[in-house]
Amino acid sequence: MPAVSKGDGMRGLAVFISDIRNCKSKEAEIKRINKELANIRSKFKGDKALDGYSKKKYVCKLLFIFLLGHDIDFGHMEAVNLLSSNKYTEKQIGYLFISVLVNSNSELIRLINNAIKNDLSSRNPTFMCLALHCIANVGSREMAEAFAGEIPRILVAGDTMDSVKQSAALCLLRLYKASPDLVLMGEWTSRVVHLLNDQHMGVVTAAISLITCLSSKNPDEFKTCVSLAVSRLSRIVSSASTDLQDYTYYFVPAPWLSCKLLRLLQCYPPPEDGAVKGRLVECLETILNKAQEPPKSKKVQHSNAKNAILFEAISLIIHYDSEPNLLVRACNQLGQFLQHRETNLRYLALESMCTLASSEFSHEAVKTHIETVINALKTERDVSVRQRAADLLYAMCDRSNAKQIVAEMLSYLETADYSIREEMVLKVAILAEKYAVDYSWYVDTILNLIRIAGDYVSEEVWYRVIQIVINRDDVQGYAAKTVFEALQAPACHENMVKVGGYILGEFGNLIAGDPRSSPLVQFNLLHSKFHLCSVPTRALLLSAYIKFINLFPETKATIQEVLRSDSQIRNSDVELQQRAVEYLKLSSIASTDVLATVLEEMPPFPERESSILAKLKKKKGPGAVSVELEDGKERGELNGGGDRGGDAAIAASNASTPSPSADLLGLRSTAPASGATPSAGSLLVDVFSEAGPSATSAGVNDDGFLSSAPPTVASEDPAPPLPESDELLNKFVCKNNGVLFENQLLQIGIKSEYRQNLGRMYLFYGNKTSVQFVSFNTTVSCPGELQSQLNVQTKTVEPLVEGGAQVQQVINIECLTDFIDAPLLNIKFRYGGALQNISLKLPVTINKFFQPTEMAAADFFQRWKQLSQPQQEAQKIFKASHGMDTEVLKAKLLGLGTALLENVDPNPENYVCAGVIQTKAQQVGCLLRLEPNAQAQMYRLTLRSSKDTVSQRVCDLLAEQF
Amino acid sequence: MIGGLFIYNHKGEVLISRVYRDDIGRNAVDAFRVNVIHARQQVRSPVTNIARTSFFHVKRSNIWLAVVTKQNVNAAMVFEFLYKMCDVMASYFGKISEENIKNNFVLIYELLDEILDFGYPQNSETGSLKTFITQQGIKGQHQTKEEQSQITSQVTGQIGWRREGIKYRRNELFLDVLESVNLLMSPQGQVLSAHVSGRVVMKSYLSGMPECKFGMNDKIIIDKAGKGGVTNEAGKSTSGKQSIAIDDCTFNQCVRLSKFDSERSISFIPPDGEYELMRYRTTKDIILPFRVIPLVREVGRTKLEVKVVIKSNFKPSLLAQKIEVRIPTPLNTSGVQVICMKGKAKYKASENAIVWKIKRMAGMKESQISAEIELLPTNDKKKWARPPISMNFEVPFAPSGLKVRYLKVFESKLNYSDHDVIKWVRYIGRSGIYETRC
Repeated sequence: MPAVSKGDGMRGLAVFISDIRNCKSKEAEIKRINKELANIRSKFKGDKALDGYSKKKYVCKLLFIFLLGHDIDFGHMEAVNLLSSNKYTEKQIGYLFISVLVNSNSELIRLINNAIKNDLSSRNPTFMCLALHCIANVGSREMAEAFAGEIPRILVAGDTMDSVKQSAALCLLRLYKASPDLVLMGEWTSRVVHLLNDQHMGVVTAAISLITCLSSKNPDEFKTCVSLAVSRLSRIVSSASTDLQDYTYYFVPAPWLSCKLLRLLQCYPPPEDGAVKGRLVECLETILNKAQEPPKSKKVQHSNAKNAILFEAISLIIHYDSEPNLLVRACNQLGQFLQHRETNLRYLALESMCTLASSEFSHEAVKTHIETVINALKTERDVSVRQRAADLLYAMCDRSNAKQIVAEMLSYLETADYSIREEMVLKVAILAEKYAVDYSWYVDTILNLIRIAGDYVSEEVWYRVIQIVINRDDVQGYAAKTVFEALQAPACHENMVKVGGYILGEFGNLIAGDPRSSPLVQFNLLHSKFHLCSVPTRALLLSAYIKFINLFPETKATIQEVLRSDSQIRNSDVELQQRAVEYLKLSSIASTDVLATVLEEMPPFPERESSILAKLKKKKGPGAVSVELEDGKERGELNGGGDRGGDAAIAASNASTPSPSADLLGLRSTAPASGATPSAGSLLVDVFSEAGPSATSAGVNDDGFLSSAPPTVASEDPAPPLPESDELLNKFVCKNNGVLFENQLLQIGIKSEYRQNLGRMYLFYGNKTSVQFVSFNTTVSCPGELQSQLNVQTKTVEPLVEGGAQVQQVINIECLTDFIDAPLLNIKFRYGGALQNISLKLPVTINKFFQPTEMAAADFFQRWKQLSQPQQEAQKIFKASHGMDTEVLKAKLLGLGTALLENVDPNPENYVCAGVIQTKAQQVGCLLRLEPNAQAQMYRLTLRSSKDTVSQRVCDLLAEQF
Repeated sequence: MIGGLFIYNHKGEVLISRVYRDDIGRNAVDAFRVNVIHARQQVRSPVTNIARTSFFHVKRSNIWLAVVTKQNVNAAMVFEFLYKMCDVMASYFGKISEENIKNNFVLIYELLDEILDFGYPQNSETGSLKTFITQQGIKGQHQTKEEQSQITSQVTGQIGWRREGIKYRRNELFLDVLESVNLLMSPQGQVLSAHVSGRVVMKSYLSGMPECKFGMNDKIIIDKAGKGGVTNEAGKSTSGKQSIAIDDCTFNQCVRLSKFDSERSISFIPPDGEYELMRYRTTKDIILPFRVIPLVREVGRTKLEVKVVIKSNFKPSLLAQKIEVRIPTPLNTSGVQVICMKGKAKYKASENAIVWKIKRMAGMKESQISAEIELLPTNDKKKWARPPISMNFEVPFAPSGLKVRYLKVFESKLNYSDHDVIKWVRYIGRSGIYETRC
């Protein structure tokens, strides 16, 4: 910028500014400004002609006033007039005012654009530059619309001055960043790329910024820039420090340009052309060589410039990741920096090494610096550097050094900065899991972790320990022993109690042989921590207690005592209270067999992505680097070995985890699957859902096709029953409550009770969406002859079902005579305008009207013989479709409604039952015999009743159940 | 209670800092500077809460006085104290300015020690303070024992505001009724709000320990007198029109409040020298000394014609003084032409107003100004808000209608009686915020 000449000094402006500066108070300043504004207004009055100098002076004053924070609502016209002046200073002030003060919707924008256009087309380079700067400074969409076409032309025109080209390139870059859709390079592309060959270094520097930005958006179009950039780079790198004159900065030739070139090359893969590649490699080698040379100057600027290029080169090498030689050299270079005096250099070296560590070529080289890095972790004064060191340790970890690194990180954790503790904990947990060769080491490490930094151990970490312990038989005993020992510490972290409670509850029996850890000792140990824990932990401990009852019957009395105490059974927390009550009841009512079933050992967890990994990925900020690293690392593992790590990586790539907290323990009393079940009876099952999938939720939800087949029939007529409705029916033969049907929109729950020949059924329609259902209507019909066999009365339901709400319908059923078919339930409603039409079979079967009859063996056989006519008997031999568990069979037979007769059949394996079916017309006695054959997995089912249709029907129904 | 008191100059530099309570740290000094004095947006509230600390401030010219506390103090008490402190300082060294404060800072600390103790306000009566805090620092040493004990007994005695044994050759008494009248009037001449706040300031040079009784035309007293059958012909004849209704009033500490409460009579032993006897406020039957009739006409986008007529509304024999009418001009004014018949008028660009000054004006007169304002067209579509025309003046009567009926002086021990005392009464009515919308 030309210096302001003496005549342009604008004394008035200087005086005004010094007046303002001397004002003692805000009020005085405002007074002075008001006075000045009035003065300027009187000068700008239409009838006076001002010369350029005064105009400039007043516009300057306005600008100054505006910058002080006052509103300026006039003077724009005068500023625009200044644009057409021929004097540089006047034009400059005009442009300054415009770029600071003119808003885009101003009416003056047309005038301004015109003036800019004039300047752009003038031959005067200074004016062109001013105009370009103004466009870039405003950078609005309007500006882009007006000039996006013009500027590329200026940029590539042969006769444009170098300084203008520079401005044009940067201006275009600005417009492109602001509104990329308006800047279309199209035909200019190749000519812009050729700017890299320009004689003038300044133009190249400006152009390369533009090209880097453009090529990151559409790399293909600018592919040709690679070879040009490489040759340019090699010319700079090989030049002596004096060759470039103005562009040599403290003996480093064109450092900014070099950095930009290297960065541009990072947008592209390694060049395919061998010659180009050779040249580039040569350049990179030269850069690395230069780093070894003694510095030409002691000045910090010299080393900064040199290192900037070096680091940019290293990131390019890492980006290419194909030159083992270079990678190793880069790594060694960084290794030198690790011990440099400059903290910034150490930081950068650690950061770059992190990326180097993920390369298969340099991984080993990075590992050689492990001592230095560990030292950095311990001794660095700057926390950000320590953080980087921790990242690097994490990145360089593999099987060979995992133990060392984990140990170091653990020991550092005790003194670590609070801000990075949580991340450190996650990293330790991941490394320990990933490289665990023997799982006792893993358990030790994690328990140590909880001991040292319990507050920072997130849920995911201890969930993961438990998952792994459950899934690995070989560590269970060791884990139980270790947690037992850990819990003996006088003060242990709540997370430790959680892990301890869970593991002892599951595997306490494995260490119960030792008198020092006898069941009662275990229990007392756990219970001594109980009162110190929060509610969720207490809930977990209660579950552990009930498991103890199962594992060690001798503790039953003690534990029941605890459960019965007021602090449990009358706890103000509803969750704890419920658990206490239910567990107490369960332990006192249920037989040992039932207990054993309910409190069975946890089944192994499905293999899935480590939830800790997911957590680490979620972490933002400095962790972001390590996230990418993580991915890269896993790839490395797949190639390099480490079978467990590989597994984890595969699991990570294809598994999607539902929320880890819900599935691990079911700590929240309503697990998602059963939460919607309306029946109260299933609540007990819900609470124990950890003990195995409950029959209720397994019943409907496991049928994948059911929930994925929304009813598509949209007619007003009742739709034909769903194909699976028969199957649904079968599910309810042996039980009265449960979920009848569920799809994306609707869930239907059933609760029913029968007495003699009468039944009452409650249907619960739950709207699963957030939108209300309109014209909701349900009908129950009895097709064909069923009409005469069954009397069904329904109450109508409300036509509106709000989103998330549930409506109830009562159905009264009277059985007139025996029947075969089931009544049909048709549901129609509109969901978001679309008619939904669903038909289902109501689970009303003949066996619902059974009255159990107890009888002695003699009685039974007498009656059995009485019903000896062939049509009175129905027999079926079929293969078992479920397990042949005694308890389950018994439960099903009881659910059928008959009485299960003990000690009747000479063969204790067989089951016999008796019952009377109550209909209005008659009573039908019914005898049943089920003979399981465990070897062949077959059953023989024989039914005898006084009515042939009943025998057949009940036999058919029952055969489906086993 | 008050935790500390700071005085800042306009730049926010601390001139005086006195901390009374331990809960106020040095950082409070900076907190006020940063958040109030140097606040980006002007702080208009006199009470600012910063980090559970309350700052109460008043500004005198370029000086900020700030009281800091962490407790829940009575804000009115704090401000009363601050005003009192300003009065005390002004009576010691005149105008409160940075220079004066710097020159008297030992004195100010001495005063602060006396008028605030552990954050509780103490005696702030200038007259009595001056007996033992003097600007001639060493003079104290020359005081006799007797004088010193006299000071002690006075300060700690029942009548802390007056010492015994005062003697004057001429017993004189000056009484000023100072009122400021506030008004907001609509362009059509409708009174939107009006009130008078007045003060009775006395200067007494009386010997001994006189007992004074002050009487004015308070409506309640006069009605009471009328009802009680004590026929006061003069009072009765004027009571219908000339009694005034006082909305609220406060008294100097010397006034016996119990007597006022029971008999509504104002009796007191006056301090020596100048003091403010009472403060009051009235809102009814206010005599508005001037009426402003504005006429504003916008001629196109670039011109504005303003005509303002003022009418004086009091006895023709009285003269109003220092009349100043301030007519706001739009923010895009580029030139003004003014014509006025009386006084001088000028466009003051720095204040965005035309200021019209008239030295004197008799009652029942009328005067007029007309101005043409040229405007610069702007691209701002904002309409001019038309701020009200304001006015300043001084009239030699009380706009509230207050009249001093008597001021009796009784001194039983010394041998002078009520009519030996020379009494002077003066009424001054000034404008407060006296505005008319246009």
